[in-house]
Amino acid sequence: MLGAQAGAAQTPPPGSPHDGNAAKNYAGIVSKKNLQIWRAEGDGDGTLAHDKPATKPGYYGIGAVPSAAQIAGWTIAVPPSGAGLPAGSGTAAAGATIYASHCAMCHGGFGEGAHNYPALVGGVGSLGGSSPQKTVGSYWPYATTVWDYINRAMPFYAPHTLKPDEVYALTAYILNMNGVTRSDWVADAKSVPLVKMPNRNAFNWKDPRPVTHNIACMKNCVSPSSVKITSNAVTMNLTPRMTGPVDHMKAGQ
Amino acid sequence: MTKPNRRDMFRLGAAAGAALIAASGRGARAASPPGAPPADNAWSNSLGHGVDSKPYGSPSPFEKNVVRRYVPWLSPTRDADASMTPLQDQPGIITSNGVFFERYHAGVPQVDPKAFRLMISGRVKKPLLLTLDQLMRYPSVSRIHFIECPANGATEWPAAQLNSLQLTHGMIGCAEWTGVLLSTLLDEAGLYPDSRWVTATGSDGAHMNRSLPMMKCLDDCMIAWGQNGEAVRPEQGYPARLVVPGWQGNVNVKWLRQIQVGREPWITREETSEYSELLGDGTSLGFTWVMDAKSVITFPCPEKPLTQGPGFYEIRGLAWSGRGKVKYVDISLDGGVNFQRARLDNPILDKCMTRFTLPWWWDGKVALIQSRVTDETGYVQPTIVQKHKFWGADPVYENNSIQTWQVLASGAVNNVQLS
Ligand code: HEC
Repeated sequence: MLGAQAGAAQTPPPGSPHDGNAAKNYAGIVSKKNLQIWRAEGDGDGTLAHDKPATKPGYYGIGAVPSAAQIAGWTIAVPPSGAGLPAGSGTAAAGATIYASHCAMCHGGFGEGAHNYPALVGGVGSLGGSSPQKTVGSYWPYATTVWDYINRAMPFYAPHTLKPDEVYALTAYILNMNGVTRSDWVADAKSVPLVKMPNRNAFNWKDPRPVTHNIACMKNCVSPSSVKITSNAVTMNLTPRMTGPVDHMKAGQ
Repeated sequence: MTKPNRRDMFRLGAAAGAALIAASGRGARAASPPGAPPADNAWSNSLGHGVDSKPYGSPSPFEKNVVRRYVPWLSPTRDADASMTPLQDQPGIITSNGVFFERYHAGVPQVDPKAFRLMISGRVKKPLLLTLDQLMRYPSVSRIHFIECPANGATEWPAAQLNSLQLTHGMIGCAEWTGVLLSTLLDEAGLYPDSRWVTATGSDGAHMNRSLPMMKCLDDCMIAWGQNGEAVRPEQGYPARLVVPGWQGNVNVKWLRQIQVGREPWITREETSEYSELLGDGTSLGFTWVMDAKSVITFPCPEKPLTQGPGFYEIRGLAWSGRGKVKYVDISLDGGVNFQRARLDNPILDKCMTRFTLPWWWDGKVALIQSRVTDETGYVQPTIVQKHKFWGADPVYENNSIQTWQVLASGAVNNVQLS
């Protein structure tokens, strides 16, 4: 799609806040292997470079060009490099106060989860065992995602209303509760991407499928005596009523 | 006018429950509704309602059981939950807009189409800001695709748990989507050689976003405003959503507001904490985008037992693949020992539901019925035992295993798993 117009002159200046990759490089943040996989996934192992656009930029001429302020307002996604993280900072101590008033009622006083809302703390080291517990601390590979998600989606009842300092503080508090950062650690645009999350390197970003290889056998595929029922949903008593008004499975309904 | 008598009322009431199943058998007579031949029915001797009474139609009141349902113990809150399509009542490949499954993370926003804006930004030559009217002026396409949540069937990983087709398979819907190819808009904005990734972001409270490789974006992704003959429904992302054919439902971002282009993926919460797969050894799969081929028998099923005794029935079902077209569906009546090929209905489309049928003379004995799809890549739908070998003991997503329904002599149908 790009060959024809490719050229340094059209590339936005390095470090432009809106190029999706303001960090100079991912060294120390994303392993070379993962970076390679991501690039290959994105451009289809290079086939993309040979693709040709159907039309030139601006061909239809429909729509406006957004202003820098409009773009900045809606460009909230923070990648592992930390590109786009705003100015500001926060500590676990400041985060504890905000957490108590804005988060604890759903996620529990210590991030242990409450009322079936997700736990934010715990499970580090449990993932390979028999009862793995996936939390921000045990499972999430990048701390930038913690900042990004709290900023875009929490608190649940009033998403995207926290100020950058508050989001930094909450990030510091949640990471500290998980034992990932020390209590005096200061979260800011520089420090958050550098946090080494415990599960950083356990993700395989290259889909290995197909991993099952059934065959379309038609006759005598298994011996009839080996066909045994191992579970039957009718005995489980977990199914809501499937006729009449929607069943909320509440006692006394 | 004929009023139902007490005996008829009893029969009608019983029809909904198991009593009728038990009472039926060859020769058992179906309950006759009041006014059956030779008399006219009441509606044959009176006027129906006129064109001014229902400007926007709705299903017959007798179809009131056909609704989305959910599993109350799955999620702490209804605004970050899922509800399921009643596949047992979907006759063909198109899912009715009113019962198309729902999944969202901060409730359904009511987006004012006048205030809608779509921004194309990031690593593009000329960023774009479009109103809905402007978006709709671009060249458009209309295509029929399924959208399936990768958690469809999640409850069935450890064991057969929910005795329902709707709740085990209903996190899927298939619709005709009309809109602009994403490639058209990306060309209009202009890409660089290293514009490799896109993040699509919704305008809902969750600001839901996912990273998508440019290869897929330029292949067949579209920004849809039309769904089955009307505007995309609010639950499906009104006024415009991303459609990423064949890929996990979550990437089909709804209430779309931004397409941001970059060099690397963003690694969002929805592609790490959720919609990734933790394997038994503690490692995880990220970016498991494609929905592998899957099929299920929609009649009979737990919600639709065999109520009229032994004899002829048509086994019916739906099959689909995120990698292309459905090639074959094979049906077993004996728990996977022998299979016979089902008939496929046209149309057979790319990344779209395909309907299959098989005539069946039921002998009234217990049967273990299954369907197994093969897609055009040659991929064959696996058994749950085969799935567990790679995906570990307790996964969450991508359960596309062969479903077994146990048909009892009574005609009742249960969800079971086999060794
Ligand atoms: C009203 C209840 C509620 C409150 C208050 C709340 N959250 Fe949440 N939180 C949720 C729900 C529900 C989810 C899961 C949403 C989903 O699945 O899409 C969630 C998810 C999260 C997650 C991701 C967990 C995971 O493992 O994926 C984080 C991190 C989080 N919340 C942080 C916060 C912070 C920080 C605050 C306070 C500013 C907060 N939440 C306030 C309900 C709440």
